[in-house]
Amino acid sequence: MKKYDKLVTNAAGRVVPTIINGEEHIPFMGIGKYKPTGRKYAPRIASCADYPEDGNKLVPGLKEALIKSGLKDGMTISTHHHFRNGDLIANQIFDIAHELGVKDLRWYPSASFPCQEHLIQYLEDGTINRIEGSMNGPLGRFASLGKMKGLGVLRSHGGRYQAIQDGEVEIDIAVIAAPTADAFGNANGVNGDAACGLLGFALGDSQYADRVIVVTDNLVPFPAIPWQIHGNYVDFVVEVDKVGLPEKIISGTTQITKSPDRLLIAEITAQFCEEAGLIYDGFSYQAGAGGTALSIGNYFGDILRKNNWKASFIRAGSNKYPVQLLEEGIVGYILDGQTFDLEGVRSMRENSNHVNTSPFTSYNYHGKGNFASLVDIVVLGATEVDVNFNANVVSHSDGYLLHGIGGWQNTLFGKTTIMPIPLFRDRIPVIRDEVTTMCAPGEMIDVVVT
Amino acid sequence: MTEKKACVGNREIGTKSDCYVELELQNSGGIQLELKSKVGSLFGKSITKLTNEILSFYDLKNVKIYIEDTGAVEFVLAARIEAAIKKLVKSDKDFLLNPLEQNKQATKKDMFRISRLYLPGNTPKLMLNAGIHKPNGLILDLEDAVSPKKKYEARFVVRNALRNLHFYGAERMVRINQGELAMEDLKFIVPHYHNLILIPKCETSDDVIAVDTEIQRLKKENKSDLDIWLMPIIESAKVVMNAYQIATASKNISSMAIGLEDYTADLGVQRTDEATESFFARNMLVNAARAAGIQSIDSVFSDVSNMEALAENVQKSKGLGFDGMGCIHPRQIRVIHDNFAPSDKEIEKAKRIYLAFLDAKEKGLGVVSLGTKMIDAPVVKRAETTIRMAENSGKLDKNWKTA
Repeated sequence: MKKYDKLVTNAAGRVVPTIINGEEHIPFMGIGKYKPTGRKYAPRIASCADYPEDGNKLVPGLKEALIKSGLKDGMTISTHHHFRNGDLIANQIFDIAHELGVKDLRWYPSASFPCQEHLIQYLEDGTINRIEGSMNGPLGRFASLGKMKGLGVLRSHGGRYQAIQDGEVEIDIAVIAAPTADAFGNANGVNGDAACGLLGFALGDSQYADRVIVVTDNLVPFPAIPWQIHGNYVDFVVEVDKVGLPEKIISGTTQITKSPDRLLIAEITAQFCEEAGLIYDGFSYQAGAGGTALSIGNYFGDILRKNNWKASFIRAGSNKYPVQLLEEGIVGYILDGQTFDLEGVRSMRENSNHVNTSPFTSYNYHGKGNFASLVDIVVLGATEVDVNFNANVVSHSDGYLLHGIGGWQNTLFGKTTIMPIPLFRDRIPVIRDEVTTMCAPGEMIDVVVT
Repeated sequence: MTEKKACVGNREIGTKSDCYVELELQNSGGIQLELKSKVGSLFGKSITKLTNEILSFYDLKNVKIYIEDTGAVEFVLAARIEAAIKKLVKSDKDFLLNPLEQNKQATKKDMFRISRLYLPGNTPKLMLNAGIHKPNGLILDLEDAVSPKKKYEARFVVRNALRNLHFYGAERMVRINQGELAMEDLKFIVPHYHNLILIPKCETSDDVIAVDTEIQRLKKENKSDLDIWLMPIIESAKVVMNAYQIATASKNISSMAIGLEDYTADLGVQRTDEATESFFARNMLVNAARAAGIQSIDSVFSDVSNMEALAENVQKSKGLGFDGMGCIHPRQIRVIHDNFAPSDKEIEKAKRIYLAFLDAKEKGLGVVSLGTKMIDAPVVKRAETTIRMAENSGKLDKNWKTA
């Protein structure tokens, strides 16, 4: 099977394949142009008669759960990335698949991290055919070199949910690592030693996958409250010693930048927002990870305080900085898609105004509206922006895919999208005639600050 | 020269926008270039071309050269390669890139020198964007910020930076070393569009005169008529007592600074944020400078994370009569400017006085009065200075009289 076939020029002027890994795909037609018809994908109807009446779905180990789920060649296995670089489960899944001699799997993570470099051996030996989702670091480099057997596909957080609900990607087995769960399969991310905040990225997986396995190191008596994942979707529950390393959910990009150059860009960005009248009593903004975006959030806080205003909500990626604003009372709500540090986890556990969301609520383009377009100011990073405002967030100028795509594309639908970027990094120009990889057409980007 | 191999540049972890060069002279084998570059896919060809150009400029045909590049810009690459060559081969030729037009500009003796940012002379990554933070001056430091074994190679970086670094309008300054090293430093600086020399640890007026004489000689030799100003730095108890003598050693002295780390060490006391230990020295310096008709510049404030303490410190400096202060981090620049700038109250008062003065002049009155108060000439002069500073800081529109 060819990795891809039938090239066409899409609406953004890029040459793209319409056959990918043997399946037909629709090229980009322009923002809002593609409207699917028909009905959503439907998972099989289950009967509770096939499940233990006492609600105890525990099986002895992940291997047994995978065998019972019918693991076989060519299946699609999904995982979530709420543990970020502290994930311990994805690697185990494919160790088991390898041991069982299963081949040609499609791994469908909501994002991958350097801790999963371990899987390169399985991409090489054919246990895993390809990754669809988000790739960065070593896995991204491996894919960039063309070494993956199938063609990798990047999907934004919203796009991933959409692909599941539309039936574009059918998940055979979803493995949901959970910091807390009961034997029925109810699970959450707020409690337990490995608390990671929420499990929103696994919501679609739980709803639509053929088989769902919850893995936890904190098994509690029924009911595990809050049930961010409903046990009614879950087939098997597995108890393990350790599900993830909570200290590694903190990533290096969740501290405010100390670089004077980036702080200057952040300051100019905030000043622009203030003088353009984008900040007002009741405004909202997207708080991203990344040192520059975080310091802009701090400047927003200063502007709110100075005027005695209150932001209605922050869309986040949360960490200690938005949490401080929430607790200070100058922000009404944090609508949170993922927590980047333990302060974010604590706040989500304790504060009912710190709300867990999923790509369904916030980012799904095939829904009856989504939150992304309600946000006033969205500040995003980029590896490159070109003179037509097209932007790249995944690859470097040498073509290597090194950064995850995340929810970046989804947040572009905010009212004012701003990219604060330096003119060059090392010697590499950041503003170019044409971006290496187009992740956003220029029409979605309003302001570049440099 | 007997050495066969030279190593130049930086490659420690965290190095950026720099390169490390190893050069070995050979008897045969042609040019063997090994290039390891972080930006190789985009700039590999241009780095190779530049390397070959420099080697051929120095007529080197058989060398082994290894370049480890972390994204150095052209003038840094050229500086490193040239330094490596000159460690092995004697040559009077300099490999120079065409200078930026804007770097040829002269500065005035009495220009504002409220802030000046120190940049280590052998660390290119800190230089590239320094100008965007808008200090009045950028100091490329060859003295304390460069370790003894890097002094030689740093001169090439500083020389090339003076020609090819975008200073965004900041005055181009260099802090040289002392004694013999200083004289050697000057050869790398004076011919290359440079505005001001900081002379550290001045002991006597002879130190200043020696530097000044060498500058004039080099200027003549290079047929340069660009003004080069001097800023002696006073760093010991004895020299504080001779401050006026030093301040008047040359007509090219534009300003005089105090270095409190060395001064407090000389006194044998701790340097504190309150700076009472240096009260006398700072008063002496300000007074000597004013008497000599030059600017007085305060020492740097070393806690780069404490902006509140810096602001207090600046307020004190301003109160003592200083005209500016050094900084070691770009974030300090704005705090220094904001706090040296006149307060709103001072500006309002100065405007009233100045308008009264204009009014009196127009009416041909010999005496200026504001309300029932008589205004003396020095008061008018101070008001003028306040207005000039307010305009410079952006706190007062230049057209305020007509607005």
